[in-house]
Amino acid sequence: MKTNPPTDDDQKSGWFEKPENVRKLWIGFLMACGLFMILDLVLVVIAFDKHPYFKWQKWPALYAVTGFVACVIFALGAGYGLRPLLKRGENFYDDETSENKDDTDSSESHHSPNHDDETRTDSDA
Amino acid sequence: MPDAVPPFAIYLIGALIVPLLRGRVRQGFALLVPVVAFVNYFLIPEGTHWTLPFLDFELVLGRADEWSRIFLNIFTILSFAGILYVVRDNEVLDLSGGLLYAGSAMGVIMAGDLISMFIFWEMLTLAAVFCLLARRTNAAGKAAYRYLLVHIFGGVVLLAGLAIHLASGGSIAFDKIELAGPGPILMFIGFGINCAWPLVGAWLPDTYPEASVGGVVFMATYTTKTAVYVLARTFPGEPSLVIIGLVMAILPLFYAAIANDLRRVLSYCLVNQVGFMVIAIGLGTDLALNGAAAHAYCHILYKALLFMVVGSVIYRTGLSRATDLGGLIRSMPLTCLFGVLGALAMSSPWFCGFVSKSIIMGAAAKEGRGLVWMVLLCASAGVFLLAGIKVVYFAFFSRDSGIRCEEAPPNQLAAMALIAGIAFCIGAFPDWFFYDLLPISGADYQPYTFGHVTDQFALLLFCGLAFVLMLKSGLYPAEIRATNLDAAWFYRRGGKVIDRVMDWALNGINAQTHRWMHGRALPAITEFFSHGPSYLASSAMTPIWKLQGHDADEIAKRKQSVYLRCERGVFPIGITACLAVFLLALLFVVSYVSHKSST
Repeated sequence: MKTNPPTDDDQKSGWFEKPENVRKLWIGFLMACGLFMILDLVLVVIAFDKHPYFKWQKWPALYAVTGFVACVIFALGAGYGLRPLLKRGENFYDDETSENKDDTDSSESHHSPNHDDETRTDSDA
Repeated sequence: MPDAVPPFAIYLIGALIVPLLRGRVRQGFALLVPVVAFVNYFLIPEGTHWTLPFLDFELVLGRADEWSRIFLNIFTILSFAGILYVVRDNEVLDLSGGLLYAGSAMGVIMAGDLISMFIFWEMLTLAAVFCLLARRTNAAGKAAYRYLLVHIFGGVVLLAGLAIHLASGGSIAFDKIELAGPGPILMFIGFGINCAWPLVGAWLPDTYPEASVGGVVFMATYTTKTAVYVLARTFPGEPSLVIIGLVMAILPLFYAAIANDLRRVLSYCLVNQVGFMVIAIGLGTDLALNGAAAHAYCHILYKALLFMVVGSVIYRTGLSRATDLGGLIRSMPLTCLFGVLGALAMSSPWFCGFVSKSIIMGAAAKEGRGLVWMVLLCASAGVFLLAGIKVVYFAFFSRDSGIRCEEAPPNQLAAMALIAGIAFCIGAFPDWFFYDLLPISGADYQPYTFGHVTDQFALLLFCGLAFVLMLKSGLYPAEIRATNLDAAWFYRRGGKVIDRVMDWALNGINAQTHRWMHGRALPAITEFFSHGPSYLASSAMTPIWKLQGHDADEIAKRKQSVYLRCERGVFPIGITACLAVFLLALLFVVSYVSHKSST
């Protein structure tokens, strides 16, 4: 594994990082969201029967709103609610034994954790 | 047509032979074991086979019905994909551990009685420890120790429950049990520990991130789904399972959102999805139980795929944390593709997660459980955000971390492709073979209605929208290096406290006793026995000398002399002869008296 500045042969995968491509993706994405919203409204208008079991399952954009709100609650609730209470240092448990700290993914141990087919170098700590 | 053999036997023998082989032979053999098992799977007829007498009981090692069939099916398929994933490095711990794991799980599935179930249940723990140790880091070793502690405790709880259950007249039948009385309740809890219930399940996100890249695939598949199977057999319809499952479906997602290690994120999401299955078992209807089985099957597929994707990242970069990764799309585009497929496999129409999760939600709706349905929907959204979007984004996109590495090796890519392919087949064509596998016939479900598909796409798109908007606005909680306290705190820190108290109390008692016994009592006793007789002899003579009229100095001198004589064991023969006569006389008198009194 090497850590180098991007070179020319990263071009094809660097596609995702070019601003104009990101913009294209973003617009496409928003259009897809809009499309499904319109679709849902159309279904409501033509009184398409979704076989709801509950009255509130008929609300338009129920899934969209639920998805959006749920994700926001999970992310923000965790980040601003739970994290301040539960966050501790990364090596919080490391005085469990007299061993000193080691990361799960650093390169100590008899077995090099990063497997390159060509070269073996040390990974970042 | 050859006779079928117990599946666990194939894997057990395989696991034992693997260390004896070398090189390509070992690799080929390890891959062959699941293939043989798969052929064997088709040969197992329905019914009860392979019974064994044991004490007063008859053990049943082969109970083949629709439930065991579907679980055996996916367990066998996964064992092949898992072995394929790890076969390149040819590590004994990975290969044997994986085979043993698969075999033990199949032993539980095929068990027809609680005793053999228990024996295979405990073997799961052993196999998991191998998978953890296969990582060969200090952290993994400690994690293996913690895993062992928790699971041995769980095994003891289960055993206690089983023993009480049998002692109070229960049978060893591996069927529905009434949840009443200490026996069944303890068994319930014992199952729950392996099932990663809230509080007792903290071992899962604690240890899974420390396992080897292949080992975790086996761990994620076999332990929890075996527990799901067992719960579905023994306590279907138990209402408390719905509550337990609801907590499992929601709480871990908060932890996943703030977890840094990507495998820890996946572990929390695993608990969330097992929560779905637990809810389904709790609902207990035919449709719900079908949903539990279906979801177990599909979840194994996409969770294995996601763990394989992150595993390949770790394999090539040595890194697993969101803070350290990013931009790997350049180096590992195929792995990224499989990551995206894994995310889709979780929830998207035309992939397996959609067809199985919908059954559970449909079952909840059918029973009028509106709140459960809504919670399941939110949980689906959350898990897609976290296991799907977050993991793929922070590993492959996010920022360019500057890491350049090779694409995952061909065997890992092949394993991922296999799983992704099956996930797609099941999702796109559920009626082809998947819905026929479901255990309870007659409880059908049609996931592909126009409304349902559009709703689901809307859900996924708007989850993505929420993610992007939160990122852009800076509101999304940053990935930071930290430990978040979980119920594991109780046995990690709490364990330390207990250890200190025990040390103070028990070692304190030990030390004090040592001081008394060794420091005081023992010397006193030694003193008494070595010098006692001398002292007694010299003291006994003193009054006689006094009577003889010797003065104090003379008495002291004589006392000293007798004492020294005693110490050195030097006496004139005459005294010994005198004592012997005295003793004989005493004996004579005693026997005369006792003879006299008995006649």
